Amino acid sequence: MVDINQKRPAFGSAQADLRTEPRLIRAVIIVMAVVFLTIFVVLPLAMVFAQAFAKGVSTYVAALADPEAMSAIRLTLLVAAISVGLNLVFGLFAAWAVAKFDFAGKTFLISLIDLPFSVSPVISGLVFVLLFGAQGYWGPWLQNHHVHVLFALPGITLATVFVTFPFVARALIPLMQQQGSQEEEAAISLGASGLQTFFRVTLPNIKWGVLYGVLLCNARAMGEFGAVSVVSGHIRGQTNTLPLLVEILYNEYQFVASFAIASLLAMLALITLVAKTVLERHLDEGQRAGD
Amino acid sequence: MIEVSNLVKKFGAFAALDGVDLKVADGELLALLGPSGSGKTTLLRIIAGLDWPDSGDLSFNGENALSRGAGERQVGFVFQHYALFRHMTVFENVAFGLRVQPRAIRKDETSIRARVKELLDLVQLDWLSDRYPSQLSGGQRQRIALARALAIEPRILLLDEPFGALDAKVRKELRQWLRSLHHEISVTSIFVTHDQEEALEVANRVVVMDKGRIEQIGTPDEVYDHPATAFVHGFIGESIMLPVEVCDNFLRLGDQPLRLAADGAALGKSRLFIRRHDVQIGPAGSGALTGAVRQVRTLGAVQRAQIALLGCDIVIEVDAPRDRELRPGDHIGLQPRRYRIFAAQD
Repeated sequence: MVDINQKRPAFGSAQADLRTEPRLIRAVIIVMAVVFLTIFVVLPLAMVFAQAFAKGVSTYVAALADPEAMSAIRLTLLVAAISVGLNLVFGLFAAWAVAKFDFAGKTFLISLIDLPFSVSPVISGLVFVLLFGAQGYWGPWLQNHHVHVLFALPGITLATVFVTFPFVARALIPLMQQQGSQEEEAAISLGASGLQTFFRVTLPNIKWGVLYGVLLCNARAMGEFGAVSVVSGHIRGQTNTLPLLVEILYNEYQFVASFAIASLLAMLALITLVAKTVLERHLDEGQRAGD
Repeated sequence: MIEVSNLVKKFGAFAALDGVDLKVADGELLALLGPSGSGKTTLLRIIAGLDWPDSGDLSFNGENALSRGAGERQVGFVFQHYALFRHMTVFENVAFGLRVQPRAIRKDETSIRARVKELLDLVQLDWLSDRYPSQLSGGQRQRIALARALAIEPRILLLDEPFGALDAKVRKELRQWLRSLHHEISVTSIFVTHDQEEALEVANRVVVMDKGRIEQIGTPDEVYDHPATAFVHGFIGESIMLPVEVCDNFLRLGDQPLRLAADGAALGKSRLFIRRHDVQIGPAGSGALTGAVRQVRTLGAVQRAQIALLGCDIVIEVDAPRDRELRPGDHIGLQPRRYRIFAAQD
């Protein structure tokens, strides 16, 4: 205290705000951040919408109403619904196991959950080609039984599930670890069954975390390009998801249609962003209530 | 009656419980007292069904309890950090145990409401029923946790460090309140504590534990006045410990003989325990020990003197009444009114 006062004798006592940098430096840093974000985030996003509406609203609507576009929208929604559903169940189990129990290989399991984050999506797709492709391990057997995995819905879904499976588990593990298992123990000693404990105690405590994980998982599932691109086969009107369709249309110089589809994904991103902010606020409040 | 026999529980190489036998009679208020790591909480959790022993038996009224899960034992458990359900109101917290009962025996909504109200009245917090746990003080949370545990009409009430997380004043109030509550509802209760004062004040019987074993079981007076082992003497009440040697019916501290009877203690290296307040202070040369006063502090009703014993390098602390005049530098004689001799630790 004495030191501070001696170094800054000119400023009375109220100014003792140690965070204060000289105004100029503050301004420079803020301007740099804003310029950077404008160039790399805001401008591209604005360009997507500008291009999409370049030839008027009717062209935009027509591009979306195109049968190929509608098929891509349906497929994307279906794949996202299945993958998010599967990963929700998987994420809950994994987070539960990691947070509430100690077992051999726990660290290994956590690393395994993170694997899809560190593997290039193209590799993730290729893995499935190796497994299910015509020259792959199970390919011939599947072909003989008329089961289509690659270049069909199952393959696209598998690739998407693989790429997005860390989201729910990752959102829940720290939350559940921090909450511990005392509330569950209390519920059980009060006579609650395992299911009652889960639905009445565990789930309400982690619901915002679950939603948070589902949100991010969904955004990634709908937006996934690399892994899906490898397994989809790009069959028009059948196995193209929205991101794949954007690329195809763009390569065919159909810029308006391409950006119209892209604008859907951009809107998904914006909605996700808003929802994420809201959820994060709830998560913070939940944490504080627990203290 | 709860009967624990030869319980063993290991966490890796660490033996949390190392052969524990205990009988708890109906209606008792029992304290498990010991330092941290002594196994007292593990014992409590095993009785509750939240942990399982490696070997040994546990029975309630002669029935094997280990074959039943926590939910079937009718045991109320109060957690150290309360573990209230944070997303439920106080009312719903207390009602939880009633709402999760199997449909066949579940009470209707009106009876549940009446029962919860009764319990909230019992813990004198009826006015908080719509609040959430985060809006309560520590003492209030503790009492709600107790009400929640009592809702299932437990045969046994278990409390893990019930006052551990509270400040000193609230702690004192709650101790007395718990005693009178036990008097009122007289459910068999076991609580864990590391605070000897708490154990002696609240419990009817005290179980002193150390390193996974029971050192002594007795009433508060018994464990205080007749400690069975050196550990108990050192842990309960504040003691002076002197390394002595027992020779033919007299004691020696260093080279000096002490004028204290050996009371039939075994020959050889031993430890002499004296309570701080069990020392009579007289003029120099009057007692078994002689020392020089180094420092005197006043602690409420007593004064605590640091005394360097003459002829050896030992400094002890003695509690004396405040009207006994003591000044640094005074030479005084010290005579233990009561003392105990235990064999030296290996």
